[in-house]
Amino acid sequence: MNGALLLTLAWRFALYSLMAVGGVNALVPEIHRQVVELDGWMSNAEFSSLFAIAQAAPGPNMLFVTLIGWKVAGLPGALVATTGMCLPSSLLTYTVVRLRDRYSQSQARRAIERGLAPVTIGLTLGSGWLLLNAANAHVSGWLLSAATVPLALRRGINPLWLLAAGALIGWLAGF
Amino acid sequence: MNPPLVQPDRRALFAGFFKIGITAFGGVLPLVRRMMVDERRWVDDRDFTELLGLGQALPGPNVMNIAITIGMRFQGVPGALCAVAGLMLAPMVIILTLAMLYDHYSYSPTLKSTLAGLASVAAGLLLAMGIRLGLRLPRSSWRYVVAALTFVAVAVLRLPLIAVLAAMTPLAVACAWREMKAAP
Repeated sequence: MNGALLLTLAWRFALYSLMAVGGVNALVPEIHRQVVELDGWMSNAEFSSLFAIAQAAPGPNMLFVTLIGWKVAGLPGALVATTGMCLPSSLLTYTVVRLRDRYSQSQARRAIERGLAPVTIGLTLGSGWLLLNAANAHVSGWLLSAATVPLALRRGINPLWLLAAGALIGWLAGF
Repeated sequence: MNPPLVQPDRRALFAGFFKIGITAFGGVLPLVRRMMVDERRWVDDRDFTELLGLGQALPGPNVMNIAITIGMRFQGVPGALCAVAGLMLAPMVIILTLAMLYDHYSYSPTLKSTLAGLASVAAGLLLAMGIRLGLRLPRSSWRYVVAALTFVAVAVLRLPLIAVLAAMTPLAVACAWREMKAAP
């Protein structure tokens, strides 16, 4: 396996780790920009398929990063990308927990939490929009996505059922 | 009355997060709450809200930040490692198995169609999540402006995330700060 490629993956995902404001979903546009648009490591369809597989599988949505690493550089790539994604933010969490008693009630922390909330929302909506474009090559895909949104907004419907229905429709309709 | 709180040992931390790892489909955080607050009584509701706030304010995978925080609280660094290992072990094995299958069958048109349908729904789910978060936001103009600018910067202008965060984070935190000063 190409060592330079693994180093690039490790470095990039370590940076992403500290940029994942509000979680890994915020990173979708940046990862897409890098691996699809700049490097051409995969197509739009592959990118959105990997995201969908990570959503359909059990576990944290960070597994999307594992799949990107896999696609780029096989098993070593998967491990390197996952470790890169987890390590810096984990060390930061460790440090903050250590210092927490001093800062937990501070106004600065509350201002940061409140200020980041709308940034996170902008990033999540941006990720959704980007994936809509990457996943839907045809109008039938757009219709399926459009039908998903109101159903997902209703409480009490397990998203897994929606994913299963999507897979079934894709298979039967020959997307 | 609620039953008294329980101090988990390392094995319990591993087991609790292992269960979350294998049962969490599309949204881990509600399950973490149920496991830690209702089922195993590691923390109470208020404590969990505090933990969740911290896990979401820090960058990186939210659920991993929570696993680290709770592991450290009860069993120090080894506890954090047990919680993270429990959380990641099964999902990593499963996702790598799926990746191998995907590699093996990616030529198949049937799989391609199935995944395309799955991907359309997954994209819709993510957009819905953004909308749901947006509906919960306190009504105020600076929040709408910040969210809209962030969206346009990453989704329309396709600017690098690091530049977007460098511009938007100070702006948003300054707005939040002013709001807190105005109405403490």
